[in-house]
Amino acid sequence: MTDAVSPSGTAPSARTLAIRASLRRRHLVEGLFRALGLAAIILALGFVTLLFADVLRKGVPAFMQSNLHLTVTFDPEVIDVGPAPARNTFTSEAEYSAASLKWQRDVALLNWNKIVETALREAAPAGTEIDTRQLLTVAETNARHQIREAFVADPSLLGRSVEIDVLASANADNWIKGNIDRALGDAQQQLSPAARALIDGFVADGTITTGFAWAVLTNTDSRAAPAAAGLLGAFFGSLWMMLIVIVLAVPIGVASAIYLEEFAPKSRLTDFIEVNINNLAAVPSIVFGLLGAAVFINYLHLPISAPIVGGLVLTLMTLPTIIIATRGALLGVSPALRQAALGMGASKTQMVFHHVLPVTFPSILTATILGVAHALGETAPLLLIGMKAFVASVPVSPLDQATALPVQIYLWQGNENRNFFEPRTAAAIMVLLAFMIVLNGIAIYLRSRLEKRA
Amino acid sequence: MKISLVAGAAVLTITSLAACGAMAQSRDTMQIAGSSTVLPFASIVAEEFGAVFPEFKTPVVGSGGTGGGLKQFCEGVGDNTIDIANASRQIKGSELEVCKANGVTDIREIQFGYDGIVFATAASGPDFALTPLQVYKAIAANVVVDGALVPNPYKTWNEVDASLPNQPIVLAVPASNHGTREVFQEKVVAAGAEEAGLPETLTAEEKTAALTAYRQDVVTEISGDYTETLARLKSDPNTVGVFGLSFYEQNTDTLKVATVDGIVPTKATIAAGEYPVSRPLFFYVKGQHIGVVPGISEFVAFFLSDAMAGEGGTLEANGLIPQPADKTAEVIAAYDAATSL
Repeated sequence: MTDAVSPSGTAPSARTLAIRASLRRRHLVEGLFRALGLAAIILALGFVTLLFADVLRKGVPAFMQSNLHLTVTFDPEVIDVGPAPARNTFTSEAEYSAASLKWQRDVALLNWNKIVETALREAAPAGTEIDTRQLLTVAETNARHQIREAFVADPSLLGRSVEIDVLASANADNWIKGNIDRALGDAQQQLSPAARALIDGFVADGTITTGFAWAVLTNTDSRAAPAAAGLLGAFFGSLWMMLIVIVLAVPIGVASAIYLEEFAPKSRLTDFIEVNINNLAAVPSIVFGLLGAAVFINYLHLPISAPIVGGLVLTLMTLPTIIIATRGALLGVSPALRQAALGMGASKTQMVFHHVLPVTFPSILTATILGVAHALGETAPLLLIGMKAFVASVPVSPLDQATALPVQIYLWQGNENRNFFEPRTAAAIMVLLAFMIVLNGIAIYLRSRLEKRA
Repeated sequence: MKISLVAGAAVLTITSLAACGAMAQSRDTMQIAGSSTVLPFASIVAEEFGAVFPEFKTPVVGSGGTGGGLKQFCEGVGDNTIDIANASRQIKGSELEVCKANGVTDIREIQFGYDGIVFATAASGPDFALTPLQVYKAIAANVVVDGALVPNPYKTWNEVDASLPNQPIVLAVPASNHGTREVFQEKVVAAGAEEAGLPETLTAEEKTAALTAYRQDVVTEISGDYTETLARLKSDPNTVGVFGLSFYEQNTDTLKVATVDGIVPTKATIAAGEYPVSRPLFFYVKGQHIGVVPGISEFVAFFLSDAMAGEGGTLEANGLIPQPADKTAEVIAAYDAATSL
């Protein structure tokens, strides 16, 4: 633009040429860097898309499930127990509850499969010939518990017929969805030809319909009835652990960071502590699991498989993250603010708590939520403290046995019924990811709100 | 003001948590751990137990393999130790010693059924008809050729035996934390070596080494569960995997089973004792916890009831091979008589 078209027409000087060459080189390097950066982002996005697409492809079908609409007759010949004990005939509460438990147990030991069988036979088209065992493979095994629970809740059902929706069995669901190739021969199918024909008939006449799989969200894990296996227990296990992490890690972490940054004298000891906190942040999580098993379970005798131990282990893991983030945030506060506060006669404590700390809230909050989200996805340390057990109940306190969402994914991934649990594992991953996205979303929202205020 | 409120709430929660910890001295949920082969059965019984006995909590069932479970079981007596250990083999003398040394003196053995161990290949591949001798020849680090031990020369199955398919030898076998491994070692590899005739000149130690050393190049030892073996088989369809019968039965769409000595493994052939690679399944009850942790005796009785482990029971539908009723009666009698190992 300059020399090349210089009006004099003289050839550019050697210096200009050198500058031009270097400029070209610099432009080239910049272009290369930009291209590489763009390529890296495209690659990363590509992997994320691939991962999400794969999980969605596998997991979305698992949110739909086959339901079986049955007309159940509470046949008095099968349900051959006395009436439920009435509260007013007993003098003490203990006697009543003992009698009630005995009655419930008697009810539980009845042949409820007979009731399920009769209901299925009535639903089947006339002339269907199928033996009892094959017939029962159509409905999930928890159908009998569902019917029994309906009876226990309302003993007046005896002798009546009511419509009850039960789940179709995992294998029936597999057959309907084609999880097992429908073209495969009898030897490679899980269900007998008669059962498969009956299921196809049920689908055609609307006895079996597909609906949203609430079981995934509202049930606890189940091995006896795979179609009824859900995430509720694991969700509450995770929730308890998150609560413990927030309650313990945040106050302890923020307090130690404030002390180290604002009050502690700068000495070799504090340097040493600082180095160790940084090291702690880099310790692999499995090591915390070993520590948890040794200290909390073997030494302190806390219960195995309980969220309290999991929460404590995850607290130890999250602490360094919070301490480091809080110290970084405190360090970033302008010295002018401190000096102004001190100059106005505030004490050091007042200066920290009234002026410095509020400014750092957004950063501390973000660090906390990210640390908790990280802890939520942590699996390895939980395996070592017995949280990979099969738990079929919802933990009502942090001392009850429980699993956690990522551990549930691990457990389902290892289930024998691959055809049914592969999609359900993907569904569990989706639930965990949704949980994480919500947490991260809250972090972003709170930070933007607090930053505006600050 | 706000901060002190938050801090106060935190302190309150910590103290209440600590108080909870102090109160948690007696456990009311049964804790079970051990063999991954027994895990599905124990979990199903635990779930049904929770449904049938409203007064007891649903027991918690962990895995960790037979060895891992028994190790936990033998750690001692008390709330933070498990009540029942699932095992796909009998407890070893060395494990019993550890148990006794840690004060676990009342150990009751419950045998509740049988399980078959099968060799399975990809459903799309050729059929396999194996014998223990062939498996030994394929798996051992050193094999007998012309009466002498030489490093294993076989690369494909048809080199081992002309009747087998021309397919590279790749094996996925359970690692030593699984009880399955021991049965596999004893009933297949050792039996095959016996047939092959190890040289007489070997010392006892050399003999054990010759029996237990597997080739490292084509044998993968799986320490996880059968899903991991299945994943290997999917990534390399040439793999011959070792599975439990019930796992195979639930995945017949992707797996094909091999015969052993010409016998197809089914519930019938295993119950009749025709199929050679089968084993009894156990669980061990810590006698000192009976009456302390509620429901243990009821759980044992329920587990062995006809509706669960019996012929036509729930567990049979899930792949267990029931044991004869008189064996069950014997086991119950021994349990009730508080017979400890």
